[in-house]
Amino acid sequence: MSSKTININVKIWRQNGPLATGAFEEHALKDISTDSSFLEMIDVLNEWLTIKGLEPIAFDHDCREGICGMCGAVVNGTAHGPDKETTLCQLHMRRFKNGDTIVIEPFRSQGFPIVKDLIVDRSALDRIIAAGGYVSVNTGSPQDGNTILIPQHVAEQAMDAAACIGCGACAAACPNGTPMLFLGAKVSQLALLPQGKLEAKKRAINMVLQMDKEGFGNCGNERECENVCPKGITIRNIARLNREFLKASFTIDH
Amino acid sequence: MSWFIQTFRSSLGKKYIMAFTGFMLAGFLLVHTIGNSTIFWGRSAFNAYAHHLHSLGIFVPIFEIGLYTIFFLHVITGIILFLENRKARGGKYAVETSAGGRTLGSKTMPYTGVAIFIFILIHLANFHFVEKTEVKTISDFVTQVLNNPFFTLIYTAGISLLFIHISHGFWSLLQTFGISHPKYDSPLRVVAWALAGIMGAVFLLITFLMVISRNQLL
Ligand code: HEM
Ligand code: SF4
Ligand code: FES
Repeated sequence: MSSKTININVKIWRQNGPLATGAFEEHALKDISTDSSFLEMIDVLNEWLTIKGLEPIAFDHDCREGICGMCGAVVNGTAHGPDKETTLCQLHMRRFKNGDTIVIEPFRSQGFPIVKDLIVDRSALDRIIAAGGYVSVNTGSPQDGNTILIPQHVAEQAMDAAACIGCGACAAACPNGTPMLFLGAKVSQLALLPQGKLEAKKRAINMVLQMDKEGFGNCGNERECENVCPKGITIRNIARLNREFLKASFTIDH
Repeated sequence: MSWFIQTFRSSLGKKYIMAFTGFMLAGFLLVHTIGNSTIFWGRSAFNAYAHHLHSLGIFVPIFEIGLYTIFFLHVITGIILFLENRKARGGKYAVETSAGGRTLGSKTMPYTGVAIFIFILIHLANFHFVEKTEVKTISDFVTQVLNNPFFTLIYTAGISLLFIHISHGFWSLLQTFGISHPKYDSPLRVVAWALAGIMGAVFLLITFLMVISRNQLL
């Protein structure tokens, strides 16, 4: 496999803090290997900035293998960049051509205040999870395996929902800035399983109310979210959330 | 807070209001489409249909009040959603692209909505709040108004924008109520589109028919 290099221009968002006014900064990058990942390209830029005595670009990342949900930025208008079902860390520079200008912006939503440059505060998603509460578990001696029967196809649906890594791309891509896909996934993964059914009503209500408190918008069924989700979560999960919340609101008895 | 208020003040609650009122308006629109189609059978059929409607007595005002309530609930909730959503966006992107989800309809819901609102006010002023007599029947009003080039344009535009609104709305209300199933998704989508298309087409056809046929209509 022959490795190629390309020259690119990056237009990248710089913002010193939550209240500072941000602006784009332009850099020309030479000889970027097409085998490098998108984040490695930013690493190269940061090394170059550091050598020049300039402030490197702040960006979030952790596993760099598409499983932790830490990375994310809007690349040329698309959250996590142009590849479907791909996190930003798994996007590679071979996706770009020599001479391309790449515009890199932070995830934006009222619920995600900017911390610095490309880093946004996504703790609102953690508070939504916390509002969902606990799952009752049996703490006695271990049960026999397969005591609780779960049909294979239901287990698969729950696992598909559980694939959500909480990256927040859905809210970033949503014209109404709402992480409904995230909520749909988190409510579904538990509501589908017998273990999650006990608190299902309370969970659906409390998670939605917390989402509203965080300043996120109202889902308009625009379907942008499912098109950027790196884990292929579909809006079928949002439909399930819509059902769960409606059912819960009208039938909860405590 | 009572559970009822809490539910309908939440983001999902407001969406249920939109979907429910949208569904009722869709039902009205369907009846309106079928009723107006009587004009394809000629003036007297149309006038007879209108006369029939008005002979329902007490049901007429009850129905009107219900419809106005639903309509205003839809409009007010729609405006609240629009304002909240604009704030929630948290800033625009320098590069605005669609990842492939949005449609012409979904993108423009609040704008087509406001346009429809204005259109419906004009429509009511044209045909509802006018003095209809034995000599000057409702079909005379329809012919006269639609033959004014200004109104031909307004009606063509209004109906087209309504079609764009419901082309997203009919499917969207199903999703809002959580009606989603792998077996029925595609058929429901087709039915929602077809319904919107048929309604739009019938109204446009009536408009053009009135312009082309003028007074020759029986
Ligand atoms: C006969 C007239 C109308 C019909 C049949 C209609 C129908 C619908 C339907 C079915 C929906 C989808 C609800 C959902 O997403 O669950 C909808 C949404 C909407 N309608 Fe209407 N509508 C009409 C008039 C209006 C008017 C006059 C406004 C004025 C403001 C309006 C504003 C909106 C907005 C903003 C939404 C989107 C709500 C959202 O998804 O966030 N509509 N409409
Ligand atoms: S639903 Fe998809 S886009 Fe949203 S947080 Fe989960 S993984 Fe990210
Ligand atoms: S850094 Fe972990 S998913 Fe990208």
